[in-house]
Amino acid sequence: MEKFTTLTGIAAPMPLVNIDTDMIIPKQFLKTIKRSGLGVNLFDEMRYTQDGKEIPDFVLNKPQYRKSQIIVAGDNFGCGSSREHAPWALLDFGIRCVISTSFADIFYNNCFKNGILPVVLPPAAVETLMKDAEKGENARITVDLEAQTVTSSDGQSFAFEVDAFKKHCLLNGLDDIGLTMEKAAAIDTFEARAATARPWI
Amino acid sequence: MSAPRTLYDKIWDDHVVHTSEDGTCILYIDRHLVHEVTSPQAFEGLRMTGRKVRAPEKTIAVPDHNVPTTLDRANAATMTEDSRIQVEALDKNAKDFGINYYPVSDVRQGIVHIVGPEQGWTLPGMTVVCGDSHTATHGAFGSLAHGIGTSEVEHVLATQTLIQKKSKNMKVEITGSLRPGVTAKDITLSVIGETGTAGGTGYVIEYCGQAIRELSMEGRMTVCNMAIEGGARAGLIAPDEKTFAYVMGRPHAPKGAKWEAALAYWKTLYTDEGAHFDKVVTIRGEDIAPVVTWGTSPEDVLPITGTVPSPSDFSGGKVEAVQRSLDYMGLTAGQKLTDIKIDTVFIGSCTNGRIEDLRAAAAILKGKKIAVKRAMVVPGSGLVRAQAEEEGLAQIFIDAGFEWRLAGCSMCLAMNPDQLAPGERCAATSNRNFEGRQGRGGRTHLLSPAMAAAAAITGHLTDVRELMGENA
Repeated sequence: MEKFTTLTGIAAPMPLVNIDTDMIIPKQFLKTIKRSGLGVNLFDEMRYTQDGKEIPDFVLNKPQYRKSQIIVAGDNFGCGSSREHAPWALLDFGIRCVISTSFADIFYNNCFKNGILPVVLPPAAVETLMKDAEKGENARITVDLEAQTVTSSDGQSFAFEVDAFKKHCLLNGLDDIGLTMEKAAAIDTFEARAATARPWI
Repeated sequence: MSAPRTLYDKIWDDHVVHTSEDGTCILYIDRHLVHEVTSPQAFEGLRMTGRKVRAPEKTIAVPDHNVPTTLDRANAATMTEDSRIQVEALDKNAKDFGINYYPVSDVRQGIVHIVGPEQGWTLPGMTVVCGDSHTATHGAFGSLAHGIGTSEVEHVLATQTLIQKKSKNMKVEITGSLRPGVTAKDITLSVIGETGTAGGTGYVIEYCGQAIRELSMEGRMTVCNMAIEGGARAGLIAPDEKTFAYVMGRPHAPKGAKWEAALAYWKTLYTDEGAHFDKVVTIRGEDIAPVVTWGTSPEDVLPITGTVPSPSDFSGGKVEAVQRSLDYMGLTAGQKLTDIKIDTVFIGSCTNGRIEDLRAAAAILKGKKIAVKRAMVVPGSGLVRAQAEEEGLAQIFIDAGFEWRLAGCSMCLAMNPDQLAPGERCAATSNRNFEGRQGRGGRTHLLSPAMAAAAAITGHLTDVRELMGENA
């Protein structure tokens, strides 16, 4: 996994609430056995017409947002299915950070496994950043994971909370399976104890 | 004496392998369910790192999302190339890693969340995960069950654990009894209508109250299934005699002395008097009506007697979302819900593809003909299908004009050939009405199996109570 330390980039405004995982990556693209190559189909049904032409009004099709690395989104981003294809598609497009007032639980966790930082901020802060993002490519938002701050193009800074373990893994690009396997002895002990306490499992 | 604990607290405590200073836990997983869409990259990860499946005997795989449900599906040509590759990858991964497997050709194949309980893999007090958000279904047994992403699937395959922080406790109590014509689906949709799709975010919900106790196990699975649509990590219902009766005798349920030991443990799985809930929602069972969704979020719920709302009835970001929903759904504010014409009826899914659901729909359909363009029943498993045939339900569906299909996820998420055309309007017993969910441009109204059957007969959304005669 790629590390996430600081990022300064173009932010795309997507004020719609409840942007779900079916919107982020529709089901016809889940038939892959790989993690890569999904960026071209990110937001597919909002981004392209039925015959595959770009819809010019869609934010990521506008010239100033085609190289966005951040999305500022409406409430409850990523609701719906558990498909990790959603963060894979975002990452493949080049998105490394999503900012919203709230995220769906599974999507939120999936982001951290893929080097994407989901940032939760209060409504007023998201509104400020949304307005900033609407300025287009000259407005660059800076996200600093170490310091836990997001800074708008005009220097307004907002602090955010993030779980210490998730932050550690993201800052260092760590594979958490490897970390858990270091605790194999504890898992062995648990299994032995559970086999006695709940032998029917 | 120890502090009173919730059901969630108890299951959590019994599965903690390790707790770090910051409260991050390693949680042991008793059952890992696997399907073909969210697992190939996880198995590939194991191969690349030379890791094995730690507990293949606790891992159960079944293809369900992609598989065609037409009777000719044994012919591989009915599947698209990419779907076939995914199903074949699962065949191979199950074999290579030695995990329990129900291939497409097995009569026990079906939707993973229907197969698990049916085969007795799901038991009270367990931790159950699957790379699918509707894993919440298994909470009906008093097991802590939730969806995970593919990276976490790989983590569980390799370590039989998950890295977790504990959620908060939320209680949803449904008091009193349901009125005739009102079902588990109406409960779960009404709760989401009340709390919103993010109302449960950060929580594990325990559903309780008389109306929940009065539900069958099938109904309880329907309720827990949609906990995720309310944003919750999981939904739980404390096990009781109905739970034990359902589990007893299932192929993988404990037997003999182990059954007795299990039963004694399961009877301790309830929320202690005075245990703390961080959030409480109470709804009177008598106040719940048969409901339908009108928009493109599961929170867009109204009683069937209602009218389509206007964006101006809402505030904040929801105003734009409602306008977008109405445009997408082709509806006008003020329109009576019962005036909405239906093209297609879909009965099935992990929400409502169990035998009781088919019985409820068949009871309304008996001796009637459909008035919609197409209608299909997709049983949740091969065994549900067989039982419905034995009970004569299949013939009722066929006589009414329904297609009688083989088991799978089918039109719930339309990954297989069962899809809506643009503008096609569907009354569906599934769980999501998102834009494009059942096919690009397709319009979905979520409702109960009985309500779906009623719409099939009349050709428009219908209050099922009007078709129930004197019993209503």
